[in-house]
Amino acid sequence: MSASTEVFAPGALQRGATRTPAKVALDAAFAVLLFVGTIVGVIALGVLLFTIYDNGWERLMADPGAFLSNYVSRLPARAGIKAGLYGSIYLMLLTALFCFPVGVGAAIYLEEFAPKNRVTDFVEANIANLAGVPSVVYGLLGLGVFVRFFALGPSLLAGSLTLAVMSLPVIIVAARESIRAVPQSVRLGAYALGATRWQAVWTQVLPAAIPGTLTGAILALSRAIGETAPLLVVGLPVVIFNLPNSLDDPVSALPLLIFNWTSRPQASFAEAAAAASIVLLALLLAMNAVAIFLRNRFSIRW
Amino acid sequence: MAEGQIDVTQEKEQQTPAREGTVPITTEVPARQGGGGVVPPSETVFGLEDVHVYYGSFLALRGVTLDIGRNEITALIGPSGCGKSTLIRCLNRMNDLIPGARVEGTIEYHGQDLYGEGVDPVEVRRRIGMVFQKPNPFPKSIYDNVAYGPKVMGLKPKSMDELVEQSLRSAALWEEVKDKLRQSALSLSGGQQQRLCIARAIAVSPDVILMDEPCSALDPMSTARIEDLMEKLKQDYTIVIVTHNMQQAARVSDRTAFFTAEAAPGTGDRTGLLVEYDRTDQIFTHPSDQRTEDYVTGRFG
Repeated sequence: MSASTEVFAPGALQRGATRTPAKVALDAAFAVLLFVGTIVGVIALGVLLFTIYDNGWERLMADPGAFLSNYVSRLPARAGIKAGLYGSIYLMLLTALFCFPVGVGAAIYLEEFAPKNRVTDFVEANIANLAGVPSVVYGLLGLGVFVRFFALGPSLLAGSLTLAVMSLPVIIVAARESIRAVPQSVRLGAYALGATRWQAVWTQVLPAAIPGTLTGAILALSRAIGETAPLLVVGLPVVIFNLPNSLDDPVSALPLLIFNWTSRPQASFAEAAAAASIVLLALLLAMNAVAIFLRNRFSIRW
Repeated sequence: MAEGQIDVTQEKEQQTPAREGTVPITTEVPARQGGGGVVPPSETVFGLEDVHVYYGSFLALRGVTLDIGRNEITALIGPSGCGKSTLIRCLNRMNDLIPGARVEGTIEYHGQDLYGEGVDPVEVRRRIGMVFQKPNPFPKSIYDNVAYGPKVMGLKPKSMDELVEQSLRSAALWEEVKDKLRQSALSLSGGQQQRLCIARAIAVSPDVILMDEPCSALDPMSTARIEDLMEKLKQDYTIVIVTHNMQQAARVSDRTAFFTAEAAPGTGDRTGLLVEYDRTDQIFTHPSDQRTEDYVTGRFG
């Protein structure tokens, strides 16, 4: 049989010449399936945003200034989120301060300095395990270690340390990925110019790995800021009428407030909870936007 | 050494008067043809004697004995896997960075044992610069790339700007980049990046510049520019270049070492060895070894 003559036969290039209609349909169906998979997540987010908007937007917009600057109240109409909002921001900043240097340090050690042996393998495997530990368990750890053993009490310090420990594995993994993405040729270039190992890491590898690390760290933090369970277990309060002045002071957090309000019977507290959720979501989306900006602006195309 | 394997370096040893131990660097060099001028009997920068290099238990290169002369361009040529890149990486101890790499025999640098006790590879690399196969500028500005070496060495030049300019001029890159020193080095073309890497190496005023196939990722125009550059740099520096391109070796180098690889009888592991080392025109016109002739005439490799 001569393929060359068939090609020029009439209809040889028409749809269905060699591909059966069933195969053509299958291709199309598969593309649709993938699209549906993509859209499910988007729909879920859309429904979530709409529900919260529907429940809380009116409450938030009724008097946004008061809502953001009032403390909690027995009266739903006067209840505000000041303690929670500021508390969450304080917690996040301190968490970042604690876990970023430690996480990056651990990643540098594991990638650049650790000998390849079983101890290192063991450590690596367990960091991956830690990333999968439920957050409530970190709460128990925080309660046992920071609140009780170090006697920090249910304070800003105890809360942020707990969140830091929780975020640490994620940051380590993100930092390691970014460090690994720095081409070996950059290290060799530095060594060939007489850089010491420390200089090569500090002046070349780390700066090149920072954008990716920051992106990962911000995503880890935005998960931490939305966490309720560990803070509940650590015992951070909801009803509080001042902002922390020191690390030992108690502090509240937005998710705690939302959790508290949703568990109350009055419908107007549910509205307040939805309004607080809008603020929390705005905070999260803003952080993610920063992460995306950093990634696009500073990541290096090798 | 297994019986039946011919070690050319030893063969040569027998020709030279007793206990020289090396392929003689220059004893009686006739004037070079074609404008190269006379190669003076020069000072030895590297003296290699019976160098074996292992990666773990794998013998990558065996029995290399040769001298590399000052202010000369020495080309290392040979087929893939012959150990020429391995050898060049021994000269500034970059092989130390490969786990399991080990050097036996002696490599002397200006008479000092490069692998002797107490020798700091960092100090070695501050004198013996290197340019890699693929241009590897740092993801920083052009200026910072050149200033990097002096900075890590703690040099405090009177004017860093001047040092950067000089280095870029020496690497024949200044005119192309003088208006964009603050731009990322990654925005340069491949050939410019490679010249930047040369400028970066020059900035620390090394004694030797090692080049590991510096033009293999470049187009012919960029290659020609780098070759011209090498010709100029040789006045101030000793250059050792690994190249796959025989024309390049013939064009730029004063001396050429031809390596090949042989399979070990038992394991089949291919071990590199030095076949012949001589003035470049000799290697290309009157090689004394059949394998060299086969290679340079294109019958092999």
